[in-house]
Amino acid sequence: MDFIYSIVLLNNFIIIPALTYGCQLALGAIGVTLIYGVLRFANFAYGDLMAFGTMSVILFTWYLQSKGISFGVFPTALIALPFGIIATILISLFFDKTVYQYYRKKKSSPVTLIVVSLAIMFILNALVRIIIGPGNINFMDGARFLIKANEFKELTGFDEGLAIKSTQVITLVTTIFTCLVLFYFLNKTKTGKSMRAYSNNEDLALLSGIDPNKIIFLTWVIVSILATVAGTLYGLDKSFKPMAYWNNLLPIFAATIVGGIGNPLGALYGGFVIAFSEIGLTYAYKKFFIYILPEQLEPNSLVQYISTDYKFAISFAILVIVLLYRPNGIFKGKVI
Amino acid sequence: MYFSAKNLTGGYGGPNIIEDCSFEVNQGEIVSILGPNGAGKSTAMKAMLGILNISSGEINLNHKDITNLKTQERIKSGISFVPQINNIFTELTVRENLEMGAFLLEGNIQKKINEMYQLFPMIKEKKDQFAGELSGGQRQQVAIARALMTNPKVLMLDEPTAGVSPIVMHEIFQHILNIKKQNIAVLMVEQNARQALEISDRGYILVTGKNAYEGNGNYLLNDKEIRKSFLGG
Repeated sequence: MDFIYSIVLLNNFIIIPALTYGCQLALGAIGVTLIYGVLRFANFAYGDLMAFGTMSVILFTWYLQSKGISFGVFPTALIALPFGIIATILISLFFDKTVYQYYRKKKSSPVTLIVVSLAIMFILNALVRIIIGPGNINFMDGARFLIKANEFKELTGFDEGLAIKSTQVITLVTTIFTCLVLFYFLNKTKTGKSMRAYSNNEDLALLSGIDPNKIIFLTWVIVSILATVAGTLYGLDKSFKPMAYWNNLLPIFAATIVGGIGNPLGALYGGFVIAFSEIGLTYAYKKFFIYILPEQLEPNSLVQYISTDYKFAISFAILVIVLLYRPNGIFKGKVI
Repeated sequence: MYFSAKNLTGGYGGPNIIEDCSFEVNQGEIVSILGPNGAGKSTAMKAMLGILNISSGEINLNHKDITNLKTQERIKSGISFVPQINNIFTELTVRENLEMGAFLLEGNIQKKINEMYQLFPMIKEKKDQFAGELSGGQRQQVAIARALMTNPKVLMLDEPTAGVSPIVMHEIFQHILNIKKQNIAVLMVEQNARQALEISDRGYILVTGKNAYEGNGNYLLNDKEIRKSFLGG
């Protein structure tokens, strides 16, 4: 029985939270990787684009709530999501037309574009904090839990509880749906294939008659959708705070590079690698060992490898290790 | 003449790489542009495609002046190009490479793809493989097939046999002869001068950016002076 309890424990504190966090990172990382593949620069403004998207969703959620519209057991934010996406697409296209396009025409180097994206990061970050404030905002409504810990205990008769938050299920389902649509688009449709072709060999794409402006437009649209979805899922799960998205930039970039930058499928796996490492290494395993070890071997300490305060160090360490030993990433990406 | 370039002069912003160059090619004809390294052969081709801006000269396609058209517009009007390097989408499958070649075509492209399968049997065999996994000669075939997917009237090839073995070179030239039979005008830049002239109807020899000799394949092959200077005796 102790063995089953230890499995339940791991599920409750590592596997399910890491799957959820991994989904959120993966959606972000796919966005970063698509920008890198098509526009050929690492977009540091991505975290704040996620914050902007989530902010738009929150504003629309408040509007809907003020009109008395809700989505039953689901969070109202899901109805607001499409509107938030449209707002994010508009701001992405605005920055592309006013800023990035200029540097593209000048054929600026990727390093220049990174610095440009840093500037846009500051603008977006300030914009979000001016509009909605720097504090914590909880915009989750509807049912909190799919199953609560004590309900699980009653249901199974176990001594160890398993709680599944509704946001975790929503995150998982939304991510699976988004990825299926995205990969279908990239691999099966003519436009998606032309996007991959442009990313792979720009000159030959031009010689084949592929219109670069259309590809770039489409990339911003897709990336804005991914940023808003990922940001909203993260915000629903952990509440919204503008700086949290800025902080998430590091794990997202780590996930992108682990998976091989420019490779969307790699980014998906990279997100899970980072999430599982981060949560797996910061979890205190004391209770787990109490379940599986005989009494005399039970640990006295918390058996926590790294304090949660240092969780970003894990992403950073993985990033450094990958860049040193496998700069292409696990899956073949471009060397940066 | 179906496709002609007259008195092209131009370069990459510095001194002129090509000066007063002229080339012509008719439908169903293979024309080679030959010459030593750095003679401006590839540059001339880029000028004809509009990748390189020319300071003077005139380019005509089917009696229409296309000198001021952009590269993409020239491609739409029926010119197709196979670059010397990076001429396939390595991360796409062979079939997807063909589909991208037909990007501008409306409607069903399966018929055109089947045509390519017939012309290059190897492509049908490898259609689901990533093009980056193919050998040098196979890559060239995919590259040429991709260029043919646009239904071109003029096919321009930049050193189609660079870096392949003599056997593969022979095979690629056979394919080019088959393309000629479809009434396409073929214009190619070549390093393997002698072998290229053997399949060419006419040839131009370029020296330091200027037309030095021109004539039909046999004439260039048999002229003593040309043989000595350019064809290795």
